[in-house]
Amino acid sequence: MTVALIVGAALAVACVILVALPFLREPSAQNDRLDALSGAEQRRLALALASLKELEFDHRTGKVSDEDYRAQVGPLRRQAAETMRALERREEDKRTKVPSRG
Amino acid sequence: MPDLGRAALVTAFLLLVYATAVGAFAARQRRRRLAASAQNALIAALGASAVAAAVLLAALARHDFSFQYVADHTSRELPLGYTLTAFWGGQEGSLLLWLLVLCGYGAAAVLTTRRVARDLLAWTVPVLGFVGTFFAFMLVFVSSPFATQHAPADGAGLTPSLQNPYMAIHPPMLYLGYVGLTIPFAFAMGALLSRRTDERWIVATRRWTLAAWAFLGVGQLLGAHWAYVEIGWGGYYAWDPVENAALMPWLAATAFLHSVMIQEKRGMLRVWNMVLVALAFCLSIFGTFLTRSGVIQSIHSFAKSPLGAWFLGFICVLVVGTTALILARLPLLRARTKLESLVSREATFLYNNLLLVALSLTILWGVIYPLLSDLVRGESSTVSKPYYNFFLHVFGLPLLLLMGIGPLVAWRRASLRALGRVFLWPLAAAVVAGAILLALGAGSSRIGVIAYTFSIFVLASIVLEFVRGTRARKALGTDTWAGAFSSLVARNRRRYGGYVVHAAVVFLAIGVAGSSAYQTVREQRLFPGDSMTVAGKQLAFRGFEQRRAPNHLAIRAVVDVYDKGGHHVARMYPGKNEYFAEQQVSNEVAIRHNLLDASDLFLIADQVNANGSVDLKVLQKPLVNLIWLAGLIFVGGSLIALWPDAREERRLAERYEGVLAEA
Repeated sequence: MTVALIVGAALAVACVILVALPFLREPSAQNDRLDALSGAEQRRLALALASLKELEFDHRTGKVSDEDYRAQVGPLRRQAAETMRALERREEDKRTKVPSRG
Repeated sequence: MPDLGRAALVTAFLLLVYATAVGAFAARQRRRRLAASAQNALIAALGASAVAAAVLLAALARHDFSFQYVADHTSRELPLGYTLTAFWGGQEGSLLLWLLVLCGYGAAAVLTTRRVARDLLAWTVPVLGFVGTFFAFMLVFVSSPFATQHAPADGAGLTPSLQNPYMAIHPPMLYLGYVGLTIPFAFAMGALLSRRTDERWIVATRRWTLAAWAFLGVGQLLGAHWAYVEIGWGGYYAWDPVENAALMPWLAATAFLHSVMIQEKRGMLRVWNMVLVALAFCLSIFGTFLTRSGVIQSIHSFAKSPLGAWFLGFICVLVVGTTALILARLPLLRARTKLESLVSREATFLYNNLLLVALSLTILWGVIYPLLSDLVRGESSTVSKPYYNFFLHVFGLPLLLLMGIGPLVAWRRASLRALGRVFLWPLAAAVVAGAILLALGAGSSRIGVIAYTFSIFVLASIVLEFVRGTRARKALGTDTWAGAFSSLVARNRRRYGGYVVHAAVVFLAIGVAGSSAYQTVREQRLFPGDSMTVAGKQLAFRGFEQRRAPNHLAIRAVVDVYDKGGHHVARMYPGKNEYFAEQQVSNEVAIRHNLLDASDLFLIADQVNANGSVDLKVLQKPLVNLIWLAGLIFVGGSLIALWPDAREERRLAERYEGVLAEA
């Protein structure tokens, strides 16, 4: 019975500490907002690059004929390039905004 | 000690309620520390449920019959191994295992995805908490494993059919599968609630889904082998509702694993993937409901079982809630791309999805038919083996064929010329194999010949995929063929692991077709000295032997087996066990494996008669061992697909690091 009481009490204390931990670590956080992930361009770029890679491999293994390959590779490359440019523009914007803040 | 168990369960329940309510509030109000606190509550619930599990295990190990659960499912003479496995031998213990595994999965998912999917996680935790709350509620208020009583001198023992080594591994595997499907479901709902409906939830849960699916698959094969060696009817799958309960979510999860690739690569099928993951999860809960409610023994026990009504209510809440959420988010789930051609990899995946879901729903209809017929007509009727076999042939054979076609077709669209080139060798191999089989007399079963021909087609296409891929990698500059092969697999573990799993399914199909379409069955009453002939073998019955074990009496018929030339090849001992505490008799079959042709000679002592005779049932099952070999190949393929890919992890980390920096 004593062992059960000790284990039970230890469990309860450990659970309370674990649940309260984020507040114990940062009692008065400057920023308590959950940050949102965006990155739609990154995902679009990753998708376009993966499609290109897949097309290259299917072409090498004979699943895609030369004709089909030529017809498909252009649009995919253009899509990847456009997304890359959009990403670069955003990077550029970010760089130009930083000094104006300071 | 029971007080500690109860206290631990109440603690787990409160923590899960906290994770649900506070987690949802934090996600809605975008409160970072509160969301982290809810995640920690989920992790703490693992500790609490582990303490509850430890209390029950300790009670089982000490034969503490003051625990009603221990008295109901064990006895003093039950070997320690089986005593411990009684943890999941009954309803309350099984629910506790569900909760423990769910909290384990939840904690692991929280810890591993905190970085890459933290905005999704904020809404995923309340969903996980909600599912966990249901199970903790059942354990605290409806069906507690810690109910106590005045301790009797001995317990009732464990059902004899559960006294098998598979009891240690089969149920936990199934539970790891069933419960594991909660993770992709929770992330999918998290994605809908947080309006992040891109492919990130799929990427975050890819391995969890694969692991749950692999566990469920392995669990079923282990269960099939258990039934084969223990139950004693000569088969491995009887379309029993409990077996179907595991098969349905596995089929839905198989469809999901294929269709998520289309979303990942083409951004399509977003609604369909949500529907599939919800279907797989709801079917896993439905499976638990079927197993735990008692509805499968008798449709009338449903009304008597409080557990069944709770589960049914929970399933209704899940179905209504999920449907409403998907409908509310439909505008966000619209695909930006369209299917370019009906002859493309994504189209074959779509066909495979439709067949898998159709098969799953057909089985579901067969399972619920007795309930519905009772409700509508007032009398219960069941559907039997021919119903299931018919639909297995109608949907299963095209699925088998698609496994060979899919890998050969390119993404987006394929021209006839390219198709002709890649299909030539697999088609030729299939046609030649079909002709040889017909020449050898395999035409006695049309389904068997079709299954074998399709199987050869699939195997040839898999081999060709590996050959072409290795050749392509070698052309890219890898020095050796072995290096090119290992680089090929290492660079796309999911694809090539998947092909190995396809090979496993082919072996399974060959084994099932061989052992069911071409098996020989003979039954005969034999007195000592009598013999019978089966598939060219002579079997002579010599008499009975008896042996007393601590908890049972083993009675065995002694049967000598001779080959065509009259040479003695084996002595086999089919018989029965009479269990003392349980007051039950079990069939103990004798099996002789032939590793050369993968067949089994399977002996069942159907009746042990008082006049010294035995009613012997003999089955010669060709190729049946390929089914178990398929299990090993399945594990290998799943491990390849699941193995961590450092390159991919780095790529994902870089992608999300970039995103985090932006935020």
